Amino acid sequence: MTILEINNLNKSFGGLQAVQDVGFGVEEHRIKAVIGPNGAGKTTLFNLISGTLPFDSGSVVFKGEELRGLKPYQIAERGMARTYQNIKLFPGMSALENVMVGRHTRSRAGFVAGMLNLPATGREEAEIRGKAMELLGLLEIEHLADIEAGSLAFGQQRAVEFARALAAEPAMLLLDEPAAGLNMNETAEVARLISKIRDLGITVLLVEHDMSLVMDISDEIVVLSFGQKIAEDLPAAIQQNQEVIEIYLGGGDD
Amino acid sequence: MKRFLPLLALLALVISIQLLTQWTGTTYYLTQLTMSGYYAVVIIGLCLLMGYAGQISLGHAGFFAIGGYMSAMLTTRNLISFQNQDWVVLLDKFGLLAARQDLYGEAILAFQPWLAALIAIVLAGTIALIIGIPVLKLKGHYLAMATLGFGIIVYRVFLASEIFGEADGISGVPGFPLLPGVIVTGSFGARVGNYYIAWTLVIVAMVMLINLINSRVGRALRAIHGAEEAANAMGIDTARYKLKTFVLSAVLAAVAGVFLTHYNGGIGPSEAGVMKSVRYVALVAVGGMANLWGALIMGVTLNFLSLRGFFGSYDDAVFGAILIVIMLFAPEGLLRLNLAAKLKKLFSGGSRK
Ligand SMILES: Nc1ncnc2c1ncn2[C@@H]1O[C@H](COP(=O)(O)OP(=O)(O)O)[C@@H](O)[C@H]1O
Ligand SMILES: [Mg+2]
Repeated sequence: MTILEINNLNKSFGGLQAVQDVGFGVEEHRIKAVIGPNGAGKTTLFNLISGTLPFDSGSVVFKGEELRGLKPYQIAERGMARTYQNIKLFPGMSALENVMVGRHTRSRAGFVAGMLNLPATGREEAEIRGKAMELLGLLEIEHLADIEAGSLAFGQQRAVEFARALAAEPAMLLLDEPAAGLNMNETAEVARLISKIRDLGITVLLVEHDMSLVMDISDEIVVLSFGQKIAEDLPAAIQQNQEVIEIYLGGGDD
Repeated sequence: MKRFLPLLALLALVISIQLLTQWTGTTYYLTQLTMSGYYAVVIIGLCLLMGYAGQISLGHAGFFAIGGYMSAMLTTRNLISFQNQDWVVLLDKFGLLAARQDLYGEAILAFQPWLAALIAIVLAGTIALIIGIPVLKLKGHYLAMATLGFGIIVYRVFLASEIFGEADGISGVPGFPLLPGVIVTGSFGARVGNYYIAWTLVIVAMVMLINLINSRVGRALRAIHGAEEAANAMGIDTARYKLKTFVLSAVLAAVAGVFLTHYNGGIGPSEAGVMKSVRYVALVAVGGMANLWGALIMGVTLNFLSLRGFFGSYDDAVFGAILIVIMLFAPEGLLRLNLAAKLKKLFSGGSRK
């Protein structure tokens, strides 16, 4: 079943057409990767899907529902979570609290319940905390729970951001360059983790400009170049695709 | 419950101070401590908005004044000449009006204080909601200016309206019987009782706000403050949370306005003035922004000194100066001040971002 369907998506910034007529579908419980050189429009595409930016034309259909015009929080409520290429954790909050915020769509206590601290609110808090600790455990960073997020090492911050997104128990997870800035060991670690997430039943849409990570774990790959989709195929076929090879070898812009 | 230990300490302190003033024959201090308590309710509410949700308001004196003025007007406006009109008869029948005599023995029929308070507080909350929707879309300086504009409008409206007593304000506001025998009033014999009423309100407000900042909502607010885009992407309706916080802090200001007006027996336009709003912001800043206890401690201490006349005719200037000094030397507030390090940094020629 197709969980995400993108059709003829367009976005321009002034004169720059950052995303041009892009369309593809993502099957449930799969890992789909979007690759392409720097500036190809991958992050912009993610921003359009997650509602951070409005698109000029086209459509994004998630679980059968058109997302056009929905705010990011509404899209999150529908089961989509994301991470950022340049990590956006909540500064001044501990790693644990960051992950607890990720539980927002799965909990309910509002202003009145919060102020009165009713027994049900206390139980919900305990559930949120428990789940967040569990995810820190999954990512093997439970020992960092009480450390302020901003003071963690880069790789640890990525792990916290991962856990925060997973805390929402999303149907779909958008990962924008999860291996950026990581060394080879950490990258392999992230690859294992992404496979594990897929096995938990979460569909993953992954942006990466480094091919090595995606070739092993992706079920399917979309290639973007200058805002346009130039290929969509299985990893093995993408590796053989002449146009893709040219972009990656010839482009050399980074 | 670790989070409530400081509150027990506060309660003990409140009681100790009262006993101390009794033994030393200085109960007159309780008057300013009562007033400072009510102002503290405004300040901790503003602290939630500024320190936790990250939204500034330079118009909070406006909400305080809406609370105070509305309850003053409704409880003093004599309806005796309308007493045969249907709506007055109807209000009276439901026990929503209160009859009394003023100082000169004239019969007065006016709104019952509970109803007046309710109307005043709901009105302040509604106005906060209405202006908050457009204004909270603004950020930083723009939000500061927009809320400042709101505060100025409120001030001018009260100053210009005959019904609100123009430059004289409203006096002759009756006591507010909260419960049988528990009356918010400034009458001499009720001094000790009213000190406890005010500090009960402070403690109740503190309990609720401490609960709130330690809840899912408090986390969401801090997340918005830290990284709004990511907060929204995690499912937090950021606009709604900011608006609700704004309304909550406006309501707290209005509640304080209602109580203090009944306590003082009146209210004047200076309560709505911009300098009052600046004072509240300065006190939140000096208390450490995201620090309810800091806001409470600094708010009570400095307001108490101000009410005792400690700052003389420089009163407003002192609070303006406090704001400037805090912004320069200790944006995190005095109570977390690492003065030596700050001074060293300042004089080593480094500049702040
Ligand atoms: N908010 C924006 N305003 C203007 N131009 C932008 C904005 N975001 C991205 N761009 C431009 O759009 C193009 C695609 O950027 P991006 O989506 O970040 O690429 P990628 O993630 O593939 O590296 C780039 O040329 C970038 O400069
Ligand atoms: Mg990018």
